[in-house]
Amino acid sequence: MRGENAVLGAAGLAAFLALGEAAPRLGLVEEAYFPPTSRIAEALVDELSDDAFWSALGDTLTGWALGLAIAVGAGIVAGVVLSVVPHLREATASTIEFLRPIPSVALIPLAVLLYGTELRSVLLLVVYASFWQVLIQVLYGVQDVDPVAEETARSYGLGPWARVRHVLWPTALPYVMTGVRLAAAVALILAVTAELVIGAPGLGSRIAVAQTSQAVPEMYALIVVAGLLGLLINVGARTVERRALAWHQSVRGEVAV
Amino acid sequence: MRHLLLRLGYALALPAVLVAVWWLASDDSTDVYRPPLRTILETFPDVWTGDRLRSDVLPSVLRLTGGYALAAVAGIAVGTVIGSHRRVRAVCEPVLEFLRAVPPPVLVPVIMLFAGIGDTMKIVVIATGCVWPVLLNTVEGVRAVDPVMAETARSYGITGVARLRHLVLRSASPQIFAGLRQALSVGIILMVISEMFAASNGLGFTIVQFQRGFAIPDMWTGILVLGLLGFFLSVLFQLLERRVLGWYHGRRASTRRSP
Amino acid sequence: MLDVRGLRKVYEGSGRRVEAVRDLTFTVGAGELVCLVGPSGCGKTTLLRCMGGLLTPTGGEVLLEGRKVTGPPPGTAFVFQEYGRSLFPWMRVAENVELPLKQKGLGKARRRELVTDALESVGLADAAGAYPWQLSGGMQQRVAIARALAYEPRVLLMDEPFAAVDAQTRADLEDLVRGLWRERGMTILFVTHDIDEAVYLGERVIVLSGSPTVVREQLTVDLPAERDQLHTRVAPRFAELRTHVYEQIQAAKRGIAPQDTPETQDALAKADAPPKRDALVKADVPGDPDVRTDPPPSR
Repeated sequence: MRGENAVLGAAGLAAFLALGEAAPRLGLVEEAYFPPTSRIAEALVDELSDDAFWSALGDTLTGWALGLAIAVGAGIVAGVVLSVVPHLREATASTIEFLRPIPSVALIPLAVLLYGTELRSVLLLVVYASFWQVLIQVLYGVQDVDPVAEETARSYGLGPWARVRHVLWPTALPYVMTGVRLAAAVALILAVTAELVIGAPGLGSRIAVAQTSQAVPEMYALIVVAGLLGLLINVGARTVERRALAWHQSVRGEVAV
Repeated sequence: MRHLLLRLGYALALPAVLVAVWWLASDDSTDVYRPPLRTILETFPDVWTGDRLRSDVLPSVLRLTGGYALAAVAGIAVGTVIGSHRRVRAVCEPVLEFLRAVPPPVLVPVIMLFAGIGDTMKIVVIATGCVWPVLLNTVEGVRAVDPVMAETARSYGITGVARLRHLVLRSASPQIFAGLRQALSVGIILMVISEMFAASNGLGFTIVQFQRGFAIPDMWTGILVLGLLGFFLSVLFQLLERRVLGWYHGRRASTRRSP
Repeated sequence: MLDVRGLRKVYEGSGRRVEAVRDLTFTVGAGELVCLVGPSGCGKTTLLRCMGGLLTPTGGEVLLEGRKVTGPPPGTAFVFQEYGRSLFPWMRVAENVELPLKQKGLGKARRRELVTDALESVGLADAAGAYPWQLSGGMQQRVAIARALAYEPRVLLMDEPFAAVDAQTRADLEDLVRGLWRERGMTILFVTHDIDEAVYLGERVIVLSGSPTVVREQLTVDLPAERDQLHTRVAPRFAELRTHVYEQIQAAKRGIAPQDTPETQDALAKADAPPKRDALVKADVPGDPDVRTDPPPSR
């Protein structure tokens, strides 16, 4: 069955690429807007041999990784502190509920004014957007701690720090991993957005340049690269999540399906 | 009554403290980029008049609604078809995984190519960005229909449209809503940046205009309005979700109490 | 009413062939309450799903009132073991009961009448507005039974319906099913792995062999029609019958070793065709003229 799925999937991909080649060639869509697959592939090869492309890719990855790391660290620390300190969770609930849905793109003009096209602009957007993903998952995870396990730990005289390490953290870990996975995807979206709109160096700004100079196949090639990057991040995050939690029931259940 | 007061206290205390801190800390600010909160709030009613709401906020919201609704309908419809057929799913999966992974904002320059810079472009951008989370979550949800429920439906002759309405879509609804929630935040992002790119009105356009014209307090009010819009839409979404998924949350809570 | 003729079901998938049901032949008369009992994993559920039109048999056929079953037949209702997964959690109790009736195209007034009546019959008139997950396991299974009743089936197929409820609830539900059967006169086929339950409930018990399944014995339960948990279960006749069925099932378990390859199983099956089965029956109940064993069905 797995082999069959792989064959069907490959066939689907081939059909998609063939459609992309045939539709503009047959005049079904305007070739100027939808270049055929082969033209995009050519442009992609050109890009790959261009140093500027690689440095743009590096810039995007730097913004993504740095922003994600800050957001994950801050999210975990904030989440654990909010849950461990009594009353803090209740007191912050309304504020979190208000701040979380604020679209991070609202901060674009502020980022432009404060940091211009520097990396810090990208980081501001990336961190703001992905922080909430992690924080919310940590809070869910801590809420899921089995009260019996918590009571047991207390009755054996475990201190607050030991309880965090041995009871709270293992329970919350699967949620944290989910949060990291979601945050990784969101961080890429915001990194590219910041580059595209603000003009910070990276794949996004390269796409913007390709657009203004009417280099349509190059633009598509860059979008393909962005898509592959996203795909890599998604698959990677899922693999890490599964590896790290091979022992956990939720993951075992998922694998069995 | 005391309980209610306590909850109200918890809900309002921290926001009040934060606003007070902002107010005091910024009160004698001379930094052009960080105007005093007092100034921002004084500017607010001058900027966001009824006319402004009609000429800038309304078009933005309408574009978002149009694109989002389009994405929801298309995503649920296509996702149901793909999710119900194992082979179709196997064929589409790699392509869908790729399309979903493309960061939606890069769609803006592409769609501008053929849809121009009008409302159509913005609606198409929002729809193409929002459709993937809805579609993929629907596929997952439809695929995971409980086999016992499916057999129950079959044995009682619940087939065709009734099966779709009473079994498949209802049972997939928690996943569909998870997709819709993700899509909502993507939609707001796309609404704002498509207007920042090319527009003659709308929230994103106006805020960038303020920033370029160095009308800093006005820009801050714009950020506040965007924040309020995001908050308002999320509250609306939660109300809808609570209505539609009441059974789901109730069931989860009841299994949690007695495992 | 219900004819099962030479039923055979082989599951094939990922290079493995599993013969769940080999060759089953039996009949259930109109208005009978028959219990199917057999060792666990003997293909009881497969058999019932074939009869309910949920599975297509590999060989043989199921006839309902003379017509071959190819899909879920309209006059049949199914009660599943997994009550928690068979009721729709997004519908209230009354809606769950009503949905199949809507699908049948009944008018609103008639639907309401049937729903109220069915819920009253299972003692859940008060729970109409609750969600299934707000009820206990036993009550959920009552709702599933009410749904089946409201459907007004001529045949009710029950697949280990009480396997997942606690012992006391189970006794109540057994009495409920027997009461409903006597009251409404429908045909009930009740699958269980619990011997006591089979003997207590059934007018007739069909004992199945281990996998691959054949009919091992058919036994008429000659207990009085009026049964109750307190007296019936301690009656000497009840004890005799359950001992007999128990021995049959133990023999069934020993009969075919599960590790055997299909080829040797085939050879075994040929070797213990009907004569041997008769011999076993006789050997198990020496000098007990009271146990009437039906003759093995003709092929």
